[in-house]
Amino acid sequence: MPEIRSQQQLTDAYEQYKGLLSLRLGKAVDDKTRLVLVCGGTGCQASDSQKIVEKFQKLIIDNGLQDQLQAEIAGCFGFCEKGPIVKIFPEDVFYVQVKPEDVQEIFDQHLVGGQKVKRLLYEDPALKVKIDTSDEISFYKLQHRVALRNCGLINPEKIEEYIATGGYQSLGKILNQMTPEQVIDEMKKSGLRGRGGAGFSTGKKWEFARGYANDEKFVICNADEGDPGAFMDRSIMEGDSHSVIEGMCIAGFAIGAHQGYVYIRAEYPLAVKRLQIALDQARERGLLGKNILGSEFSFDIAIRLGAGAFVCGEETALIHSLQGMRGEPTTKPPFPAQSGLWGKPTIVNNVETLANVPVIFERGADWYSSIGTKTSKGTKVFALAGKINNVGLVEVPMGTTLREIIYDIGGGIKGGGEFKSAQTGGPSGGCIPKQYLDTPIDYESLASIGSMMGSGGMIIMSDHDCMVNIARFYMEFIVEESCGRCVPCRIGNKRMLEILTNITEGKGTETDLLELRSLAETIMDTSLCGLGQTAPNPVLSTLKYFMDEYEAHVIEKRCPAGVCQKLMRYEILPEKCIGCTACARGCPVGCISGAVKQVHVIDQSKCIKCGACITRCKFGAVVRI
Amino acid sequence: MINLTIDGQQISVPEGTTILEAARSMHLDIPTLCYLNLEKIKYLNQVASCRICVVEVEGRRNLAPSCATPVAEGMKVVTNSKRVLSSRRKNLELIISNHPFDCLVCAKSTDCELQRLVWEFGINTQRYDGERSEHAIDRSSSALKRDPNKCIMCRRCETMCNEVQTVGALTAFGRGFNTIVAPAEKEPIVNSNCVFCGQCVSVCPTAALTGIGYIQEVWAALFNPKKTVIVQVAPAVRVAVGEEFGMAAGEAVTGKLVAGLRRLGFNAIFDTTFGADLTVVEESKEIIERIEKNENLPILTSCCPGWINFLEHSFPNLKYMPSTCKSPQQMTGAIIKTYYAEKMGIDPKDIVVVSVMPCIAKKYEAALPNEETYGIRDVDYVLTTREVAKMLKEGSVDLRHIQEEEFDNPLGQSTGAGVIFGGTGGVLEAALRTVYEKATGKTLEDVNFTAVRGLNGMRIAEVDLDGRLVRVAAVAGLGNARKVLEKIESGEEKFDIIEIMACPGGCVNGGGQPYAEEREEIIEQRLSGLYQLDRNTKIRKSHLNPAIQALYQEYLGEAGSHKAHEILHVTDLFSAAVKQK
Repeated sequence: MPEIRSQQQLTDAYEQYKGLLSLRLGKAVDDKTRLVLVCGGTGCQASDSQKIVEKFQKLIIDNGLQDQLQAEIAGCFGFCEKGPIVKIFPEDVFYVQVKPEDVQEIFDQHLVGGQKVKRLLYEDPALKVKIDTSDEISFYKLQHRVALRNCGLINPEKIEEYIATGGYQSLGKILNQMTPEQVIDEMKKSGLRGRGGAGFSTGKKWEFARGYANDEKFVICNADEGDPGAFMDRSIMEGDSHSVIEGMCIAGFAIGAHQGYVYIRAEYPLAVKRLQIALDQARERGLLGKNILGSEFSFDIAIRLGAGAFVCGEETALIHSLQGMRGEPTTKPPFPAQSGLWGKPTIVNNVETLANVPVIFERGADWYSSIGTKTSKGTKVFALAGKINNVGLVEVPMGTTLREIIYDIGGGIKGGGEFKSAQTGGPSGGCIPKQYLDTPIDYESLASIGSMMGSGGMIIMSDHDCMVNIARFYMEFIVEESCGRCVPCRIGNKRMLEILTNITEGKGTETDLLELRSLAETIMDTSLCGLGQTAPNPVLSTLKYFMDEYEAHVIEKRCPAGVCQKLMRYEILPEKCIGCTACARGCPVGCISGAVKQVHVIDQSKCIKCGACITRCKFGAVVRI
Repeated sequence: MINLTIDGQQISVPEGTTILEAARSMHLDIPTLCYLNLEKIKYLNQVASCRICVVEVEGRRNLAPSCATPVAEGMKVVTNSKRVLSSRRKNLELIISNHPFDCLVCAKSTDCELQRLVWEFGINTQRYDGERSEHAIDRSSSALKRDPNKCIMCRRCETMCNEVQTVGALTAFGRGFNTIVAPAEKEPIVNSNCVFCGQCVSVCPTAALTGIGYIQEVWAALFNPKKTVIVQVAPAVRVAVGEEFGMAAGEAVTGKLVAGLRRLGFNAIFDTTFGADLTVVEESKEIIERIEKNENLPILTSCCPGWINFLEHSFPNLKYMPSTCKSPQQMTGAIIKTYYAEKMGIDPKDIVVVSVMPCIAKKYEAALPNEETYGIRDVDYVLTTREVAKMLKEGSVDLRHIQEEEFDNPLGQSTGAGVIFGGTGGVLEAALRTVYEKATGKTLEDVNFTAVRGLNGMRIAEVDLDGRLVRVAAVAGLGNARKVLEKIESGEEKFDIIEIMACPGGCVNGGGQPYAEEREEIIEQRLSGLYQLDRNTKIRKSHLNPAIQALYQEYLGEAGSHKAHEILHVTDLFSAAVKQK
């Protein structure tokens, strides 16, 4: 592969490769040429998507149809609920939950026969009709894909396809036409704020780092995604590593750095592999390394694997870990922009933040800042999970309401339950109740209702979820993941967890509720890093919005959602029991007694609340209280 | 200068000052727990983990740890608002909620900084009674006891071990509630590269790290009528033990200590300083030989077991460099069980040698397999300065009110040279006094080699031995030792004699001394106490000690003789240490 040594050569390369994407963009070559795109994200690969694409490829070769048919992998399509997903271009037909054994049928009927396989099309749950193309699906209709623009469009392992999207043009333009100061100004004008959690202005962060003179500076991409349920960074790395690489190069140029690191968790092997491929390709093509695109600017990137400690997402802890030390945060100031990696000025930007950077320069800061709300510009990717029909990755303009995300894009509550709460911001965030469904989401509005943007995890809870138990779950996570350095986080959170556990086990008192608030105050006020300072948020927000549930647990010793096992009982209704013995025979601990044709009784002291009896009883005589 | 207000009072301080330092300069006593600043030895623990020293800074969202927050222009700080006090109290209550409540029987009781803070805060109930972390107590070595259940994660030991001593035996381990400072993989300490210098013990605010105690064993020996129990006292002990009785640091209480030990029932009270003089005579012989032949230089001193351990772990290819002399403790023990035993007609098997040391590593050294003579252990039990103070108190001795008495003879006779062994530079200075006279045949008029004295981590001097310029260095602290040894290894620097002591400041600041906490002036006072003793001593050159001269005449022959080697030298210093592990 020849090196690209100038902006002109980059434009030539773009002209050369842009045809690679024409089928995908809906331009038919003839009625026989088709492209099969199979989702190659971790989720779909776990459901055999690799086998699917290989099977397609084999069929194409076996039938000698290489000239007109092609099968490729792409990055994550986002609609994980329905994976593995197979798209056929140029028609943009969207097949869902495809299994390897379906490949032959798609091949015969669609690729060769020209007829869609109806049964594999997505069915709109509300309208009960099959939908042919992805842009008609409500999950996609309301999305605005900026950070995810290339995910699911290009083969992430082919740099040509990234170049074909106009990739690296922003870097080329910057190196030729802009000064670092202009780059920073443009970034500030765009209004882009950090997508990793705190929402600090990216342009300002770069400006600080530029302002500190030093012989060496560093750009770190924080790919240590750790919020439970969040996987947008993984998907971007798996589906579009080059946009992150390009973003890092631009950041390096802006602050005056020549070395970048991607700190990525080792639990993301596919993302690491694709990133490594992308780095190798970029280096081979002269888009990374010495004198990028023939300019004076040199910049290279190395991968560093994290061992999967949540706290290493905190930037000072990340830097320690990167230096080979224990992943532990330190007091700020000094901020990394002043003294970071090896004591040098360093910026730490999140994956999604960096993926936004090239588009800002491609389409302009004005365009970017036209999206979103007054204080929060652009789009945000959310990982929708929990009791929602359409689990997956969604990208929406800032200011979209929760209701739109949950009901229009997310397809509403799974199993027909009622919406109770949306948890955003992971263990640092809060639980948002029903009355805020129409709040336009941005950094400030989420903070004002006791939650936070965080990295974009969004877990939907229904009336089958116990909010005390949810608070306990997040606290358990924090207690496991605290680095153990400062007292309030190491011990305070543990004490909060113990109180919460007591409450869910019916041992809580009203004083405990006061103690939770009091502990939360000290933990937030005195913890060393962001992890501890925000750790009590899930507890505080549930105390605020779901006090009735806490009171039910504490005063009535009852779990309204029927989740907390220790507060739950199984009983046999004498009037319904016919004495068939099915429950007693199915009880794993033998706590049900009663003779044939006699009413059976559960010994509560032995019952482990497994629910085996209720599933075995055909007469509705066993009830859960 | 930066202008700020603290509790309404204006103050100007240099840029880079922390809020805590600024407040202390105004005599505002913000409580601290994890923070420890020992400027003279370049030790700073500023991990800001305990969150006891938090203060309110106007405009800041959360409370600031005053120990780690630099001042800023126009800053408004409040150190005692309701918010501040209740947060401090709560964090302290959280710390004790995961700390054993066995204060009454704890080795650190009344010396515990956590206990003191709880008392000062007036905390008199246990607010949280949740789970406590449970870890195995590590008594794997003969010197150091680790009770991780008492660890409050202040990280002082870790900072000492890694940054000052560069030993790297301790690190935070694990995550969350059960995080603990431990050797790698929570292995027993004896399997780590710990050198048992005991500096971690000196800075530990609780009893998470203490020495292994031998008081009961010593009482048992004293009460055993079949045993002749002989005690030896190291030089650094006499200028520190008084502190445990409320006397001034550096005040030499030699005679009172001798009297007190006699009250406890020891059959003879000897002075390790005698062993120090003997070490000087033996080592000087080696020094002169090596300098004359100009080989195996520099010669490194071998008095300090912490340092020798360090050499073994970190610089194994330099292990031909130390002198083969046993340490003064071991020499004294060996002479007691040979020469003295013979003289007194006592079977050495019936002698119990107890030594009182400022040191933890001496416990380790005494237990090394090769530290014995003719099959008999040189030293049986090692007590620290702290332990001997406890024994004295238990035995109804109050050092303040006891008449001074003299050491027993002949191993009670010593010189000023032997006394200064207790501080950094002292071993070197004592050796130079003898080496000069032996090598040149001239009388050394001014015995004070002041260039090698002081708390500075490394002092270099050149001494003229009648034309041969000898380049010498005194090094204290293992981090400094590492720097010097690296330069020697690389050939960047050349020396003839180097004295190395593991502890910053030398034995006066040993891991077995009364806890000085952050009162660094105490170390200086102990050091100057030693030099004062030296000045006031008539004989200040080891080879002129009449008891030493008699020992050679009657028993050993001459320095470096075959018999001297059998009794006073070890050849397998290193393999022995490895064997013990």
